[in-house]
Amino acid sequence: MKANGTVFKYGDNVDTDVIIPARYLNVSEPSELAAHCMEDIDREFIHHVKKGDIIVANKNFGCGSSREHAPIAIKAAGISCVIAETFARIFYRNAINIGLPIIECPEAANDIEAGDQVEIDFDSGMIYDRTKGTEYKGQAFPEFMQKIIAAEGLINYINNR
Amino acid sequence: MGMTMTQKILAAHAGLPEVAAGQLIEADLDLVLGNDITSPVAIKEMDAKMTKKSVFDKDKIALVMDHFVPNKDIKSAEQCKCVREFAARHEITNFFDVGQMGIEHALLPEKGLVVAGDVVIGADSHTCTYGALGAFSTGVGSTDMAAGMATGKAWFKVPSAIKFVLTGKPAKWVSGKDIILHIIGKIGVDGALYKSMEFTGDGIAHLSMDDRLCIANMAIEAGGKNGIFPVDDVTRAYLKEHSMREYQVYEADADAEYEQVITVDLSQLKPTVSFPHLPENTKTIDQVGEIAIDQVVIGSCTNGRLEDLRTAAQIMSGKKVAKGLRVIVIPATQQIYLQAMEEGLLKIFVEAGAVVSTPTCGPCLGGYMGILAEGERCVSTTNRNFVGRMGHVTSEIYLASPAVAAASALAGKIAGPCE
Repeated sequence: MKANGTVFKYGDNVDTDVIIPARYLNVSEPSELAAHCMEDIDREFIHHVKKGDIIVANKNFGCGSSREHAPIAIKAAGISCVIAETFARIFYRNAINIGLPIIECPEAANDIEAGDQVEIDFDSGMIYDRTKGTEYKGQAFPEFMQKIIAAEGLINYINNR
Repeated sequence: MGMTMTQKILAAHAGLPEVAAGQLIEADLDLVLGNDITSPVAIKEMDAKMTKKSVFDKDKIALVMDHFVPNKDIKSAEQCKCVREFAARHEITNFFDVGQMGIEHALLPEKGLVVAGDVVIGADSHTCTYGALGAFSTGVGSTDMAAGMATGKAWFKVPSAIKFVLTGKPAKWVSGKDIILHIIGKIGVDGALYKSMEFTGDGIAHLSMDDRLCIANMAIEAGGKNGIFPVDDVTRAYLKEHSMREYQVYEADADAEYEQVITVDLSQLKPTVSFPHLPENTKTIDQVGEIAIDQVVIGSCTNGRLEDLRTAAQIMSGKKVAKGLRVIVIPATQQIYLQAMEEGLLKIFVEAGAVVSTPTCGPCLGGYMGILAEGERCVSTTNRNFVGRMGHVTSEIYLASPAVAAASALAGKIAGPCE
């Protein structure tokens, strides 16, 4: 599996309130949530994001509320992968559970800039910045989580057991 | 090697003699929690995708309608309806609707639904609150909730831990809120990322259960997986008063391994305020300076308990809210509301010029009941001061204790309870 897209870049502690503000949590439809994705941190995001694009951020991405609406909104907006220095733990679980690919890689998170063209090979965990001509090795998931990802989420994984 | 208190509870629930940090385990759950925001997503997952459509135990699921109730609009009413119908269909024992509900993390301990030694997951990040009772409890998402409701199990990566040794006795107006804000200010909003925060030390004896619930509640604001207190006389008395269930006491081994040991001398702490836009931006009250405010909120799963209301009422008694300020008091449960009424606290608030709301999470997450306009400032006893959390993206939230919030309500600016 591969991802290939243009990068949207954010800093430290991007919280789930700015990813999807609570005023929109009276619905749970992915497409409706996606329409307000990143609204309180980047009003332009939803107007420019294309299917396959990539979010790169620094530390503690997805901190705060446990709302699964956050990774759902990001996935439904077309984002193919989130790369960060670190993820907040509930967001990390939620992303795996709903099948939104995420990768922890401090070097890539620091170097990659907004607008870069980035390619990710999920099998090898390699991240290629085609704009800069650089490459990075992301941290591999434990085998158990790889199984959940391969099943495209926790529910399918449990169903298959 | 020895285990931490958290590791012991997890090992027992995974049926293993011992576990170590980093190990992936599957643990049996004593309770699965959801609210009116997160449950509908879980219910849809279950109905649409899961092969197993039944719940593992109708007595071990708690569904609490608390975020947008009484419903603020048609869409939230539909969300609650979805949960109400699910609860009826599966005969969920612990479904709490308007009239019985309270803010989930104040309600569950009060109803005796969580006891020491339990493993609890909740589709709400502040589920970590129950660590105050000596339970392992942690926030998860809706898919984990769906899987938990169906199977009674959840997967966990066994956390490493930071030990916080609390010593000494806090000064009069220093509460659990000041202690946890001080700690978050010290270690940062990701200072305990993926880790347990285990609180120990002789200072704990001076902390009421309401203080401990507040401290454990905000473990997530340091990135923690859980926050947990040892079981002592205060815990035993609380559990005896609130629950019929038997409980298990787990203690950390003497040789348990901690990544870090941090000592906090409670006697040295001052009332503490977190400035926008992160809980780690703390200042003690004497460093705050002149900050005019537009609104005060006293409530939430962090500080909407009886002791919080008593403290605020003590300060506001016979006084008036500053001109031009809106003060919103939100008792966290019906029981707290009733008791506050019987003790005359609600009268004090209303006479001072504050409003008293039915229990709701409401303004804490910018839902309703106190949304901020452009550039407005609020002193709030809630738990997050992120950009736009309570309204407009340029509005500002200052997190503080009920004592500071009440004193600020009278002063019209951020003020300490001694001023």
